[in-house]
Amino acid sequence: MKIAVTSAGTDLDSQIDPRFGRAANIIIVDSETFEFEVLDNKENINALKGAGISAASMISRKGAEVLLTGFCGPNAFKTLKAVKIGVANDVSGTIRDAVKAYMEGKFALADAPNTEGQW
Amino acid sequence: MIISVASGKGGTGKTTIATNLAVSVGKDVQILDCDVEEPNAHLFLNPSIIETEKVMAPIPEVDETKCTYCGKCADICRFRAIIVLGETILTFAEMCHSCGGCMKVCPEGAISETGRELGIVERGNRNGVGFVHGRLRVGEAMSPPLIRKVRSFTNPELLTIIDAPPGTSCPVITSMKNSDFVLLVTEPTPFGLNDLMLAVEAVRILKMPHGLVINRSDIGDGQVKEYAAKKNIPVLMEIPFSRKIAEAYSRGQLIVDAMPEWRDKFLGLYHRIKELAN
Repeated sequence: MKIAVTSAGTDLDSQIDPRFGRAANIIIVDSETFEFEVLDNKENINALKGAGISAASMISRKGAEVLLTGFCGPNAFKTLKAVKIGVANDVSGTIRDAVKAYMEGKFALADAPNTEGQW
Repeated sequence: MIISVASGKGGTGKTTIATNLAVSVGKDVQILDCDVEEPNAHLFLNPSIIETEKVMAPIPEVDETKCTYCGKCADICRFRAIIVLGETILTFAEMCHSCGGCMKVCPEGAISETGRELGIVERGNRNGVGFVHGRLRVGEAMSPPLIRKVRSFTNPELLTIIDAPPGTSCPVITSMKNSDFVLLVTEPTPFGLNDLMLAVEAVRILKMPHGLVINRSDIGDGQVKEYAAKKNIPVLMEIPFSRKIAEAYSRGQLIVDAMPEWRDKFLGLYHRIKELAN
């Protein structure tokens, strides 16, 4: 399974970036092999509006089934729900530990956004 | 003639100046309260409201039976108000700036226009002073289209006084654009001066004649006056920090009703503006 994790750095030992839409990077991790691909999120960081919506469509195109992040706003959540990507919010620590913890069933998937939209 | 009352800093007395000026002039005058996020001129004027109108912004609605998910609508939208993900198309009503681009580029004619409520415009009058204001829907982020609607009731045969929102961003520019004169209200404090400087920069870009009212003029320091002198901005009126004025304000009373001697001062202000605007 492919898991998308928002990351401050570019490897599995980086800390999770708590922001979704404007995260520094988004890492797509294969939960079995721990092979990963780093997606540079620069374009969304500088987006005028709708960073969460774009980030959600980007990880959808990469085939992610789950997103691990800190905060997910209402527009990003609506987009992720439409493409059936589950979201675990309030996740922190390293990318590697977060993916392991998710696979061990330690995170519940959210049924609502956990932050307000930004203007 | 259109006179906009603006400020940069909030709470300097824009509404006080706009309402007292309008009532002092008394006839052939209208006031447009363009601070649609928190209109308050009505609290001092108590106008009778004759007409209420809902204001809508056009937004896209997609007919998925016609949509081929080509993504052209998403490509043209810089606000991400419409996106295509595989065989899913989503719209985000509150992100939409109503440009109509998605409808124009759709090769299938699958996108039609529906509406999002921006707020309401209320119109009425008080003793012959025309009154218009907008009330932005709670939760709505985009005020300029509603402000433009309020401004569309500008009657060129009347003196139009616009009560602008604070700040220097889009809502303020939308409110005061094409005015014949901008009256900047400030207070003689470092904070008042800082925001006044921003407001002056904006007004000068728009090339509109402007002048200053200093409210609570006997507090703070002399820096606002020094700045005005340096920049050749005329100080048209000074209002002292008076308990009587504050009490009247707190009861929703106009200065010119509580202290009729102020009527002549506001009329004097109007005549100075007329001279400077021409």
